[in-house]
Amino acid sequence: MAKVTIDPITRIEGHLKIETEVEGGVVKDARSTGNLFRGIEIILRGRDPRDAQVIAQRICGVCPKSHGMAAALCLDSAFGLGDKIPDNARLMRNLIQGTHVVQDHILHFYHLGALDYVDVTDVAKYQGKDSELNSVKDFIGRGALGPFVPRYEGDYRLPVEVNQMATAHYLQALDIRRMGHEAVAIFGGKIPHSVGIVPGGVTAVPTVDKITALLWKVKKLQDFVDNVYLPDVLAIAGVYRDYLEIGAGCGNLLSYGGYDLQGDNADLTRRKRLFKQGTVSADLKPQELDIARVTEGVKYSWYEDSASAKHPSQGETKPAYGKEGAYSWLKAPRYGGEVYEVGPLARVAVSYASGDPVITQLVDSALGELNAPPSALFSVMGRHLARAISAKVIADNLVKWLLELKPGEPTYVEYEIPDESMGMGLIEGSRGALGHWIEIKDKKIANYQAVVPTTWNASPRDDDGNPGPMEQALIGTPVKDKENPFELVRIVRSFDPCLACSIH
Amino acid sequence: MVKEIPLVWLPGAACTGCSVSLLNTASPTIKNLLVDPVIPGVHINLRFHPTIMAGSGEMAIKALEDTMAQEKGGYVLAVDGAIPTGATADYCVMGERDGKPVTIETRFLELAQDALAILAVGTCASFGGIPAGDPNPSNCVPVRQALELHGIQKPLINIPGCPPHPDWFVGTVASILLVGLPNAEDLDDNLRPKAFYGKLIHENCPRRAYFDEGKFAKKFGDEGCLYELGCKGPITYADCPTRHWNSGTNWVIGAGSPCLGCTQPEFMSLPYYEKVTDVQLPVIGAYWQSEEAE
Repeated sequence: MAKVTIDPITRIEGHLKIETEVEGGVVKDARSTGNLFRGIEIILRGRDPRDAQVIAQRICGVCPKSHGMAAALCLDSAFGLGDKIPDNARLMRNLIQGTHVVQDHILHFYHLGALDYVDVTDVAKYQGKDSELNSVKDFIGRGALGPFVPRYEGDYRLPVEVNQMATAHYLQALDIRRMGHEAVAIFGGKIPHSVGIVPGGVTAVPTVDKITALLWKVKKLQDFVDNVYLPDVLAIAGVYRDYLEIGAGCGNLLSYGGYDLQGDNADLTRRKRLFKQGTVSADLKPQELDIARVTEGVKYSWYEDSASAKHPSQGETKPAYGKEGAYSWLKAPRYGGEVYEVGPLARVAVSYASGDPVITQLVDSALGELNAPPSALFSVMGRHLARAISAKVIADNLVKWLLELKPGEPTYVEYEIPDESMGMGLIEGSRGALGHWIEIKDKKIANYQAVVPTTWNASPRDDDGNPGPMEQALIGTPVKDKENPFELVRIVRSFDPCLACSIH
Repeated sequence: MVKEIPLVWLPGAACTGCSVSLLNTASPTIKNLLVDPVIPGVHINLRFHPTIMAGSGEMAIKALEDTMAQEKGGYVLAVDGAIPTGATADYCVMGERDGKPVTIETRFLELAQDALAILAVGTCASFGGIPAGDPNPSNCVPVRQALELHGIQKPLINIPGCPPHPDWFVGTVASILLVGLPNAEDLDDNLRPKAFYGKLIHENCPRRAYFDEGKFAKKFGDEGCLYELGCKGPITYADCPTRHWNSGTNWVIGAGSPCLGCTQPEFMSLPYYEKVTDVQLPVIGAYWQSEEAE
């Protein structure tokens, strides 16, 4: 038995360690350890409830808008505004979050994921006239190759020209994702950590000049997703075909649904949304979402055991670093006591299983192009593909939402902070099902709990000893070369982990 | 011949927002920063940055430790995030040594000893920021305090903001490359470059005329000065009103939101949507009067 430890896992957000036991070339056991605790839930206690929208957003600088939205929905519900948000505000929230998430998916595939598949050093052989590629060639020629080398070696499979083209797309994607953030800033002021979304609606006013400016940024995003991102994912999946089977994981998927299509239903678990709420398993039969079934265990997490297996509305955060048997700062969220994966794969699969016509067509067409069955979605490449499809579905709706805006109509409703209340916000963040829960006493935050996508995916064992989704995806994987464990980092990165999020 | 300036980026108790903000740099672009000589004849050689570097695990840590050993006194250390200390130092660890996790505090102190200069990127590294918010569960300290606690003297520049504008980071680095490390008079008491943090938001705010006329927004979406809604512009030093964010697209007050005071040491200690009261509000001309007084 050999131990393969990777610490830090890079090209993700935050501090993650993966430990595996490899026997006979196969992963027998895996442990995922989150290595940074800040205690933002503790810091929120005692503050003005409205501050939650500002501070919870700062749980993560990669997906701040996801937390910003979840916090706003959580406060809307605590303030009794869940069915009173004006349509303009609902649409502008969709636009702020949607542009951010499309940008985030592009960032993940090209700047976090791609270096596992694309050999940038092939640009040294470039003979063409593209000035960007020639500047990379000069860079390679100078010989100081950080941050692109060192890296694992021995499994780069793309032909030279494809590596060169993919590197050009890596550079193009840097510009496109920057522009995606410009799109967020039009109604969000700035990003990361934008403003704009607040309980009660939004702070910005939709004017024709802003709508038009955003329209053309959105069109560029859409064009890139259709003509570069989605084709690149299919091309790479076609070459790394074994990754349509590697990293299947737990086989249970959970989605909270996202992007509100109606504003007059306070029940977030039933509200009409672009992506549907619910769960699916390997049989791809959709089940309705029952939020009461969510719990967080801490038996293997560095928290006091008294806080274990509670619903997040009653959740506690009591750090106990070094607790016997524990090995991570992540709690272990479970649904009905079972292990569930969240993320773009779950988001797309729940809508696919529910028969959403647009998503069904996109998934079937992509699988057809790869000549792969629906079960191939449960894999490393399945996650990348679902993320690209998620980006396309969102991008295709942005123009529609923009044109539904009505300049001059309300964007905000006033409210009083209640003396006592409870609230819940559920959305699909970039990385999957995201829930925020608040308890207000004496007009202050008495308790705040966030159960975050990566908390689900990178969780340690639960109170019953069942490994988390990412751990399960690693266990059983053949590792060809323990010095260059490509398989392990490719599996981990397919989840797009965000550790600052997951522990908060 | 291109001169290589090694840069190491250490993430402490952070959210990676400072790095994502740096990705948004418009001119030079992030590609120009990473790949091209950013100033003719000088290339920033990013040796270690966990969010973007290709290598993982021991390979990545080796790149960090090799830089420390081989470039003694010659590398720039950028830190984002605050630094958990004392009994809670192991609330933030990265990589192992002899099978034991190494705290970010240890890594920071090792790197700081031999750095050419240190850049505290963002409000957490500069002032403690988010994780140091009451009751500071992980005993986070800013870079300046960590250096003082251990008696390390190194040139330090704070580049606060939650996150900082990419121009503030790029401009500070470019200034070092072009004219050398800043003099004491180039920085304010909080070690912020005056070039970017020299003036109050309130002094250059396009809604300032509303303030002077006493026309205040009562709810979001209203015309008027956002002071009554909690704007921290009167106590916050940064050039957001003139620089604007995300390639000049917009800024906080441009989206109808009050300034949150994110470049200030007191960012976490004030309620964001309550009016600032215990402050002597500046009046028209106050800045110039104070300049003359000096």
